[in-house]
Amino acid sequence: MRALAFLLVLLSALPALAEEVVLGLSKDTVSIDTSFDGSEILIFGAVKREAPIPDDPRLQVIITVAGPNETFTVRRKEKRFGIWVNTDAVEIDSAPSFYAVSTSTALGLSLNQTEDLRHRVSIPRAIRSIDAPATITDAESFSEALIRIKSQSNQYQLNEGTVSVDAQTLFRTAIKLPAALTEGDYQTRIFLTRGGRVISQYETSIYVRKVGLERWLYKLSRENALMYGLMSLAIAIGAGWAASAAFRMFRA
Amino acid sequence: MQIYLPIAEVSVNAFLLLGLGGIVGILSGMFGVGGGFLMTPLLFFIGIPPAVAVATEANQIVASSFSGVLAHLKRKTVDLRMGTVLLIGGLIGAALGVLIFNYLKAQGQVDLLVKLCYVVFLGVIGGLMFIESLNAIRKTKSGKPPARKKHNWVHGLPFKMRFRVSGLYISVIPPLLVGVSVGILAAIMGVGGGFIMVPAMIYLLGMPTKVVVGTSLFQIIFVTAFTTMLHATTNFTVDVVLAVLLLVGGVIGAQIGTRIGVKLKAEQLRILLAIMVLAVCGKLALDLLLMPSELYSVGAAEGH
Repeated sequence: MRALAFLLVLLSALPALAEEVVLGLSKDTVSIDTSFDGSEILIFGAVKREAPIPDDPRLQVIITVAGPNETFTVRRKEKRFGIWVNTDAVEIDSAPSFYAVSTSTALGLSLNQTEDLRHRVSIPRAIRSIDAPATITDAESFSEALIRIKSQSNQYQLNEGTVSVDAQTLFRTAIKLPAALTEGDYQTRIFLTRGGRVISQYETSIYVRKVGLERWLYKLSRENALMYGLMSLAIAIGAGWAASAAFRMFRA
Repeated sequence: MQIYLPIAEVSVNAFLLLGLGGIVGILSGMFGVGGGFLMTPLLFFIGIPPAVAVATEANQIVASSFSGVLAHLKRKTVDLRMGTVLLIGGLIGAALGVLIFNYLKAQGQVDLLVKLCYVVFLGVIGGLMFIESLNAIRKTKSGKPPARKKHNWVHGLPFKMRFRVSGLYISVIPPLLVGVSVGILAAIMGVGGGFIMVPAMIYLLGMPTKVVVGTSLFQIIFVTAFTTMLHATTNFTVDVVLAVLLLVGGVIGAQIGTRIGVKLKAEQLRILLAIMVLAVCGKLALDLLLMPSELYSVGAAEGH
């Protein structure tokens, strides 16, 4: 009883969140079917507040979308005996398969270093546990390479200034998902910041799922691999025979 | 028309895949090679993950070779007896090859080894065939009859067997060894192995060129079917949608190719194959020698 009273006192002593996110998504499920060729998700919302809008510093919004984490091996080539050979390799234990950061202004202005470290917002911070052997002194250049290569295929995106904020209350942005998408839960985070500090955070998930034939084949290949292999061979041989027969008929 | 591949997890143009299948299919039908040594690098190039490309290619080779074999069986240009001997060797070789492959994967240099294998084998075979075919063409032009095969060490070995279709009476040891080495190389390089087997059958075993094509296709079907099953059950990397698209183009291409092959002279066929083999070899050698624009590469982790 006394503990409960203490808890109540403690709770009332905490300041109520001044500003909170109310969120909407154009869709919370992305279906990958046979004709899937990338997708665009509209993320929009409003800021709920009990008090008048504080004038300064201005409200900024940061939105991140992260695909399921994967382990990557990054290799570097060097010239040995006249040919280019993979020499050093660094294992990156956990990096998102897809990662997009959208901001309402330059990321450096809307988020300070400490907050970035704490919430792991910027792309380099989203990559964790770089496992480099002791012989490699420049492990950062390997994670930089991962970011560079993934950015070229639009799998890592830094979209600065693409979140539009109206009257410090309504915000919206569109995030383009590339065609090469991994299945899984895409963790979506919205940060409200003022003066580089996070004042409110909201999390939700976008589900990326294979559907129909895609889903059936994928499941069969994992859950009944022998069956799937035999089926692939049967389809191949059947189609080979059928096409050959069709060609003969066509010629005759 | 974009199509999403369920296992490769990428979206590619369906017509591009049909076209690639068709072109490689024509070559496959003409030369009796599975076409894997061309198709696998092409699939890397359009963005299919290498593991999926290699495994799916094995599946596709089964289909394109199947229609090719049907065409050859009809014309009775398959030596089934020789094919079976080669096949027994091939299955043993493929199993050995997978063991070697896994050992090298643990050493972390499998990429380099595969590329070096390609450059060395394609270079040597392409070069030999090119020179030999040039000489043969020159001889037929100057009116001299082509030199008859002489008896060599192959004919001194025991366990002789009669291969009627090939018109040979030789020991089973050389064809078995050819099968084993092709199987090993096929598993390491992720191809059917026809481009190695065809010259080996012509120059080592002395088989007539017309029989060589059908017989090598016959052997390739079973070895690649075996490889497909290995990949499907251990790595889960066979993409049946990708395979079907490639083979629809490939099967039609193979039929056209087989007919072109019948019309061309054996020497012309060989010199064309030699040029193609040398071109792929040159491209791979350049990749190894020139500084790549991106020194780093990202791969899925190979497990702990």
